[in-house]
Amino acid sequence: MEYNLEKDNHTKRKFWQGNEAIAEGAIAVGCRFFAGYPITPSSRILEDLSKRLPQIGGVCVQMEDEIASLGAVIGASWTGMKAMTATSGPGFSLMQENIGYAAMTETPCVIVDVMRVGPSTGQATLASQGDVYQARYGSHCPDYEIITLVPSTVKECYELIIHAFNLAEQYRTPVILLSDEHISHMSETIEIPEKQPIINRKKPTSKDETIFGSVSDDELVPPMPSLGEGYNVLVTGSTHDLNGFRDTLNGDIHRKLVYRLAEKIIRNKEKIIKIEENKPKGAEIGVVSYGSVSRAVWEAQELAKEENIKLAHLRLVTLWPFSDKEVISFMGGLKNVIVPELNSGLIVREIERCTNGKTNVHSFSKIGGGEPITPGELLDLVVSLS
Amino acid sequence: MIEEIHGKFLRVTPNFCLGCGNVIVLNSILSEIENLYGTMDGFVFLSGIGCAAWIPSPHIKADTIHTTHGRPITFATGVKLANPDLKVVVISGEGDLAGIGGNHLIHAARRNIEMTVICVNNLVYGMTGGQLSPTTPQGAITRTTLGGNIEYPFDLAGLVTNAGASYVARWTTANKRQLQKSIGKALKKGQRGFAFVEVISPCTTQFTRRNLKAFQATKDELNLGEFIDVEREGFVERIRSSIRENHSMGVKPCRLKS
Repeated sequence: MEYNLEKDNHTKRKFWQGNEAIAEGAIAVGCRFFAGYPITPSSRILEDLSKRLPQIGGVCVQMEDEIASLGAVIGASWTGMKAMTATSGPGFSLMQENIGYAAMTETPCVIVDVMRVGPSTGQATLASQGDVYQARYGSHCPDYEIITLVPSTVKECYELIIHAFNLAEQYRTPVILLSDEHISHMSETIEIPEKQPIINRKKPTSKDETIFGSVSDDELVPPMPSLGEGYNVLVTGSTHDLNGFRDTLNGDIHRKLVYRLAEKIIRNKEKIIKIEENKPKGAEIGVVSYGSVSRAVWEAQELAKEENIKLAHLRLVTLWPFSDKEVISFMGGLKNVIVPELNSGLIVREIERCTNGKTNVHSFSKIGGGEPITPGELLDLVVSLS
Repeated sequence: MIEEIHGKFLRVTPNFCLGCGNVIVLNSILSEIENLYGTMDGFVFLSGIGCAAWIPSPHIKADTIHTTHGRPITFATGVKLANPDLKVVVISGEGDLAGIGGNHLIHAARRNIEMTVICVNNLVYGMTGGQLSPTTPQGAITRTTLGGNIEYPFDLAGLVTNAGASYVARWTTANKRQLQKSIGKALKKGQRGFAFVEVISPCTTQFTRRNLKAFQATKDELNLGEFIDVEREGFVERIRSSIRENHSMGVKPCRLKS
């Protein structure tokens, strides 16, 4: 199934904010349900969709809080709709229990978190990248795997929200899009592709099919029926068997379920992981970045050329599951790797985990004031390490 | 009779404590669905966490969603808005619906969203061992109020009435006939607005054996009956009218069309 923009009377060139691109990308991939609660810097997504969704047969509802927002999204997803919510740090914290629920019940849905400065209300509503671990480990007992995508441009906001829905539908899992205030409030001109690939969830073909796993170990993503189709769906966040019956004592049933939740992502890692690598031949120093900070790295690469330094760059588009293999391969031959982040140095721990002792890993962290990492600052560090 | 209904509408036999009112509530719901509809087709049951949340899940042979603690009304809101053809019923306890999930209860009533909510008020947190709940009567002994409860309890039926519900009733499990009639009314009304039935069903394991006196006093003070029964345009219906009014876009909404 493909979405044809021409029918929607769009022009292909748009001057959009990141948040607008997220809202429009969601519509393009078939999202027809949105529930949210206002919080800067994500509110524009709720505002746009409150206008746009009713125009195309969708529903947008402003809920009483973020817990309710994700609850409504999960409920809507079980009726067969593609559904999402959008929030920022404090709201993302409130959603964590339901994120675990969506993972455990294998409910496809998309959660957009536009990161802002914390802890707590911190410096509302300035940019940060502080929620990277909350996305992966925020809910209690995160023994499952979760997919998290990080855009670095407005165009990527559009592309990745589409990708997020496709992954959610394909793997029957919640997917998180981690934007930040810089990307979401920045406007850029983007060219919208005419057609987008659209993936829809697999539905059962007979009522004998189990919808929470299969006896065969090869089938990792079970089919998902919708409410009201006569399947007598039994959904619970408690440990359940293949038919959905609660079993809160049997260790084997729990292990089989939870290992499958992780395996369905891990075994498809190669298909899920998106990275962008730019490694000039002979480079000895590199940068690993994600999100808005990557824009400074692109500029720093140009500046480094003027200093006759070859600067390698690895950009993580998929943050979780973590691209260990790609990072290890990138670090081959590099003496120093810098990890610039708008937090106190978080993903640098993952990068350190991937070194074999031959590459030195340096954290370049900046927090507060919503100040971006500048290309000049990065260049200074690159020069001092070269 | 009830055995036949159980055979028709249950996946498994319920296994609640001796004397638990959950069975009366379950039987009343099943009997009224049999009387009014004769089928479970189109029904979706949602519940949170706690003993009452086990009334629909896994027992009732229909679509059931056993949600996170306190949140069944939020999931139900998503289900109803995304597919208004479904008949949405929430069954949960007072700790779930009025304690941790109290915010959702009043906002759903305020929106007058088309759903039926049955709150089994057992006056205590039963599943966790008998701690204070938002409706525990004053003076009652619980595991966290060994000297007697000093807090004022919630009047749930009054709260939901004032928040904007279309139908509100309160009965005890001893008023079986009235309770069943009200549940039937609430199931029908829940297609047009927010319908709420509070069932006083004191926990036999964790509450009454410690609190015969306190319960006796509560029972005498209880205001039972129907609190409100009005026709007000429901949330889905109002979304539909608003779409019709703002229909300059020319695209017919798919699922919300009437």
